[in-house]
Amino acid sequence: MSVCTLFVDGREVSAGAGETLLEVLRENGIDVPTLCNLEGLSAVGACRMCLVAVKGQGRLMPACTTRVWDHMEVTTHDERLDRYRRGVLELLFAERNHVCSVCVASGHCELQSLAAQLGMDHVRFDYLHPPLAVDASHPRFAIDHNRCILCTRCVRVCDEIEGAHTWDVAGRGVKAWVVTDLAEPWGESSTCTSCGKCVQVCPTGSLFVKGHAVGEMEKRTAFLPYLARRRKGTP
Amino acid sequence: MTTPDELGDLAERAREADAVYCERLRVCTAASCLSSGGAAVEAALAAEIAARGLGERCQVKPVGCLGLCSQGPIVAVETLAGEGRAEHLVPRMQPDEAAAVVERMAAELPPERSIAADIPFFSRQQRIVTANCGRIDPNRIEDALAVGGYEALLHALHEMTPAEVLDEVHRSGLRGRGGAGYPTGLKWRTVAKAAGAQKYVICNADEGDPGAYMDRSVLESDPHRVIEGMAIGAYAVGASEGYVYVRAEYQLAIERLKAAIRQADRLGLLGSAMGGTSFRFHVEVRIGAGAYVCGEETALLASIEGGRGTPRPRPPYPAETGLFGMPTLINNVETWANVPPIVRRGGEWFASIGTERSKGTKVFALAGKVVNNGLVEVPMGTPLREMIFELGGGIPDGAAFKAVQTGGPSGGCIPAEHLDAPVDYETLTQLGSIMGSGGMIVMDEHDCMVDVAKFFMGFCRDESCGKCVPCRVGTVELHHLLEALARGSASERDLALLEELCDLVRHTSLCGLGQSAPNPVLSTLRYFRDEYRAHLAGRCPAGVCAASARSEAAQ
Repeated sequence: MSVCTLFVDGREVSAGAGETLLEVLRENGIDVPTLCNLEGLSAVGACRMCLVAVKGQGRLMPACTTRVWDHMEVTTHDERLDRYRRGVLELLFAERNHVCSVCVASGHCELQSLAAQLGMDHVRFDYLHPPLAVDASHPRFAIDHNRCILCTRCVRVCDEIEGAHTWDVAGRGVKAWVVTDLAEPWGESSTCTSCGKCVQVCPTGSLFVKGHAVGEMEKRTAFLPYLARRRKGTP
Repeated sequence: MTTPDELGDLAERAREADAVYCERLRVCTAASCLSSGGAAVEAALAAEIAARGLGERCQVKPVGCLGLCSQGPIVAVETLAGEGRAEHLVPRMQPDEAAAVVERMAAELPPERSIAADIPFFSRQQRIVTANCGRIDPNRIEDALAVGGYEALLHALHEMTPAEVLDEVHRSGLRGRGGAGYPTGLKWRTVAKAAGAQKYVICNADEGDPGAYMDRSVLESDPHRVIEGMAIGAYAVGASEGYVYVRAEYQLAIERLKAAIRQADRLGLLGSAMGGTSFRFHVEVRIGAGAYVCGEETALLASIEGGRGTPRPRPPYPAETGLFGMPTLINNVETWANVPPIVRRGGEWFASIGTERSKGTKVFALAGKVVNNGLVEVPMGTPLREMIFELGGGIPDGAAFKAVQTGGPSGGCIPAEHLDAPVDYETLTQLGSIMGSGGMIVMDEHDCMVDVAKFFMGFCRDESCGKCVPCRVGTVELHHLLEALARGSASERDLALLEELCDLVRHTSLCGLGQSAPNPVLSTLRYFRDEYRAHLAGRCPAGVCAASARSEAAQ
């Protein structure tokens, strides 16, 4: 595999051709926030948190889906990029109900920690708070659509790792939502294997194991890179 | 299999069959005239001709779009006049007028009511893409052959190498007519060079800008032109499969396109061993399920593949990794329709039309507050003023022109001070709008710019796929802010927030839909900030928004 050299925030970094920019940044300990991305799942570039500026490119590029090239010059943090990230987070907080104090995942939530990390401390936009349901029809798990940020990690892990494809997205725009099977109650799903992977990869308190009270739901995603590698047949 | 000689014979026979008739009544049967009763007019005229026993000398021919859509159903009365033919257009023709029209035609008199064929709306046009629209019967391949259909394809297959076709398209300077204006020759060359066991060509017919229907009209009026263009493209880049992605709402276009593909197949102008060569090309029609975003090329690909129609980040571009992961050439209907004339008449001929950087012609759908609503095809570089006040016939009811919106929800509003700007890609972009696919909505003093921005933002909100956060949520919040302005309840802070959010959505959205969604707001803010400020004070200068009602109530 050929190797290329990048300049990230003025620093020289080497990378294997074919790697994504996000992989290279992570290898080099350069922190870029992510939400929809998760190691072991395909990258979709949906959350826009990992947008970086690449010299010569008219548009900001998501690090997760961008393949590196030789002599690429990347800026990962500046006033504008950080402002955009805070802005996008602000939109997420305005979209659905993310009141942490009554959330099972409070203290263990990626959305919450990102907001704290990036200093997104208030929302200037109208809270949209659509009246969404909680589906607790599954014997062990539940989904609170009010906490969902539509990162589609659950959809991808179910499809790519578990191979069940129980989850998918229905509707469009702000009315999009994740559904099980053909928008049937989760508990009645004929494809769900009850493996719980979707719950573990969910970055917020949207998907949770029943029986957890506020702040008790901790997610474990460590299984994922291992399973992803095994699925590809690499050790 | 049809060889070039056989094609020539077929075309000659079709022309002879046409020449038999002394008179011809061409009835527009494109969607807009059909919806205003075109089919009944056609039937009444046919019955009248039969009843008078004129069937041998007068033909009633269903044709595609005659252009002046607001005057439909339109009938063109074509009669012999000396050496040539005279033509009169009967607007808003009713079935009960058939007898009178036929009688006057038989008496060699012009129809009682008619639009002169030499008004600027027609005479200022230069028709390349729409050359056959309104002239040929879109349901008969013989008609297409009679006007030179498939000649360019067979010429390319027999006389040109793929590289020569690429050169010709490159030389023409043709740029994508779907909106972005990417150089077509460059795109074709990239796909030709891309490595892949299978390559695809796609025609993007998922036209969806409000008020724009250029592509629908071309598909309904001259479907063979588009198919021929695609086949030439397939030959040039080495593809053997093609798809036309049409929105489900375009039923008539789908029907005619499918019929055209069958007819071309039967004559060996598609399929295997095309035109007696070893080249093969197979085309299928794919029907979109009503999502505007599927006009975005990566969403379109996902939709054809059977997935949810959502875009993905580019690169990789479809030219390299497209349909089913293979190199794919995607062009818009109008782009494809330009290809056969370029091959037939040469790239240099095409490049001689238009401006320095925008070559050829562009079809526009003139709509809104303009006298002549309809489709026009003009050379690139035609000034906006000429389009609106000469071809368009000006603003109805003596109202004052305020702005023209080009490029649909991704475009912007151009005010009176820039009316002399030439319509080309660069100029429109500089003015904060875009060429887009050809929508041109004229607005007068009774239109409120905040209201217009709100309308387009509502459109983008409804059509956002929901994949990326800034477009999904940002368009809703932008619409909220515009609603507050319209209500007269917005503050200075809201206006600042509006501008900040426009910047965010524009620079962080995943695809073109989100990236350009703020354009109508940004362009109206640029030229009509006063109107926004008036709304802050609770006043809508045009008297459209609730803001004006509120201020009146307060007085």
